[in-house]
Amino acid sequence: MAASVEISPPILRSPHLLGIEGLSVEEVSALLDLSERWAERNRTGPKKSDILRGRTQINLFFENSTRTQSSFELAGKRLGADVVNMAIARSSITKGETLIDTAMTLNAMHPDILVIRHEAAGAVELLSQKVDCSVVNAGDGAHEHPTQALLDALTIKRHKGRLEGLVVTICGDIAHSRVARSNLILLSMLGARLRLAAPATLLPSAPEQFGAEIFTNLVDAIRGADVVMMLRLQSERMTASYVPSAREYFHFFGLNHEKLSLAKNDVIVMHPGPMNRGVEIDSAVADDPRSVIREQVEVGVAVRMAVLEALAAHVTRVS
Amino acid sequence: MATFIKPDSNDPMTTVFQNSRLLDPASGLDKIGALLVVDGRIKDMICGTASPDVPDGARIIDCCGHALAPGLIDMKVFVGEPGFEHRETLAGASKAAATGGITTIICRSDTNPVIDDAALVDYIRRRARDHALVHVYPTAALTRSQAGMELTEIGLLSEAGAIAFGDGTRTVANARVMRNALTYAKNFDALIAPHVEDPALADDGVMNEGAISARLGLPGRPASAEVIAVERDMRLVELTGGRYHASSISCADSVKSIVRAKDSGHQVTCAVSINNLILNERDVGAYRTFFKLLPPLRSELDREVMVSSIADGRIDIIVSDHDPQDTDSKRRPFVEAGFGAVGLETLLPAAIGLYHNGHARLLDVLGAMTSNPAKILGLETGRLAKGLPADLVLIDLDCPWVAVAEDLVSKCRNTTLERRHLQGRALMTMVDGKIVHQTTKLHLNA
Repeated sequence: MAASVEISPPILRSPHLLGIEGLSVEEVSALLDLSERWAERNRTGPKKSDILRGRTQINLFFENSTRTQSSFELAGKRLGADVVNMAIARSSITKGETLIDTAMTLNAMHPDILVIRHEAAGAVELLSQKVDCSVVNAGDGAHEHPTQALLDALTIKRHKGRLEGLVVTICGDIAHSRVARSNLILLSMLGARLRLAAPATLLPSAPEQFGAEIFTNLVDAIRGADVVMMLRLQSERMTASYVPSAREYFHFFGLNHEKLSLAKNDVIVMHPGPMNRGVEIDSAVADDPRSVIREQVEVGVAVRMAVLEALAAHVTRVS
Repeated sequence: MATFIKPDSNDPMTTVFQNSRLLDPASGLDKIGALLVVDGRIKDMICGTASPDVPDGARIIDCCGHALAPGLIDMKVFVGEPGFEHRETLAGASKAAATGGITTIICRSDTNPVIDDAALVDYIRRRARDHALVHVYPTAALTRSQAGMELTEIGLLSEAGAIAFGDGTRTVANARVMRNALTYAKNFDALIAPHVEDPALADDGVMNEGAISARLGLPGRPASAEVIAVERDMRLVELTGGRYHASSISCADSVKSIVRAKDSGHQVTCAVSINNLILNERDVGAYRTFFKLLPPLRSELDREVMVSSIADGRIDIIVSDHDPQDTDSKRRPFVEAGFGAVGLETLLPAAIGLYHNGHARLLDVLGAMTSNPAKILGLETGRLAKGLPADLVLIDLDCPWVAVAEDLVSKCRNTTLERRHLQGRALMTMVDGKIVHQTTKLHLNA
């Protein structure tokens, strides 16, 4: 595997992975194939490889994250990179200056790959223009979270064998969700039929542009679905008058067995985590055999290894 | 005067109305005919003088040519339950409503506690079922504690039976909250029916701002306070596409704004209080607290526009804006007195006055209190048609009488019509086939 990196053309045309938007079907397919192989190898071992040996990967997280950061950290370490985690607490300095200054500081340390999460949409792209290394978007505001969408697509593919023609219902805070945005682009690119279910306050403006069917209740949206993807409802949505209460939200948009029974028999339930049990998902459903939520986490490491490997081709070329 | 044949039992039974003038605003029907009520529903309607088959044991009412119309639906009523039972109870308000020919009342949410929880909606509905003579539907608050910040559980409240959403006499000042409310309510096709007045601009004004308030030395509420709120809400309706009903407007410019939104195809309606149709700011006279109302009585020009807007349908609905205030609340200096007037018993005659004065057609006036509110609220009543519930009012359109506060059924007597000469009165009111009010003696004009 390691040897293939040196000779074959790079999987990704760009030295960065900033979003799903702009990726071609071929790039996505190649990434998913590579991820599939890593997923297999992560189970059977040996997990360790030396593709990124001698390379420096910095995880730059401006927003708190446990699972995504450890997933990237593990992925980098399994590929042999030196991984440094930097959690940047928000300071009182104007955000724009902090961001660019931080970028220049880090750039001076000559990293090879920067994995960045930031609460402002577009911030990761801005950083990528200022540094000399590869940049991976680990989530920027309500814009994109490409590795999450890739791991979701891979999870679905592993269960259903395909994406084309599948009915995928995404339910929850679509308006503020980078996971939803990246998935909308990726899954529709791969031929899935998408449905969105959300209170009207949590739908983005002009939702029809995403090519999905819009539903204002989960019951109608879930009928005959192959995949149900629940999104996390942030508690601040309630204080900001988007949703009146967790009780009402669960009543109309929470996934329970009753609503799930309307989906196809072989439906799978997904959630990007962390879950609010009893708000968007019933505990019993989260722990149901149809739930693939833990598998999403497992596949997540493999997807991030594939992404890092694909970018390593660029790193190698540059040096 | 109608003659009744022994309606000794009040149980729903078969009733025949003969020789009545059938008035149905929804279909435009205005003909002499007969109407048959069986099991609480309108079984048959026959136009002309032909008599329908009278079933055995039926109660026969000879209407003597008086008008038989759908019972009135009053979309804005303050009932004191819970918390203000000393002002009015569901039983008392429903009795006053029945006396006035009103068969459905929509009660306000600004009780104590505020109706912002499904359990309270359920409470009102159960109390109404057990104690009220007429149908009662609660409005629920739009924001928690009517504080204007967090939405109420519009979905759960709708499921519990809340028919509309509004914060009583408070306006949601924060435009973002209002936007979210209109957007969120779309999920449940819920009706947002707010009070429209910019709170900062209305401030602590006690009457219409203008020459008269200046002369009386009273703080005024400018018409602009209402118009700004209406215009803002029309923009938000445009943005969100929600279903909106201005619970009572009083200014000419508010009508313009609402008509513009209607013409653009938005789901917008509005109501006017009967007080703003028959009175103006001059009625405040020498600090008469019974004329301290919300929205306040406006200029004569505004009133004329209100009347013509009922005549041509720009305003959809007439409400009583019934708001009982006890003596303690009204026997105070004008600034300190409470807002509001009772109106359930006088809504019908006062509104019929618009017809007698030649300002509006009879069917349009009645439509603003029957078929129009029914349509907005999604009720099956408010019309005369086969199969619909028998919510009816028999009206002597011409009967002259003088309103006397002491004779009111309402617990509070803060009427704006004291000693006023009225023409027209409900002779009988029927709810679901059951007679809930009938009059035998009338106060004749002295």
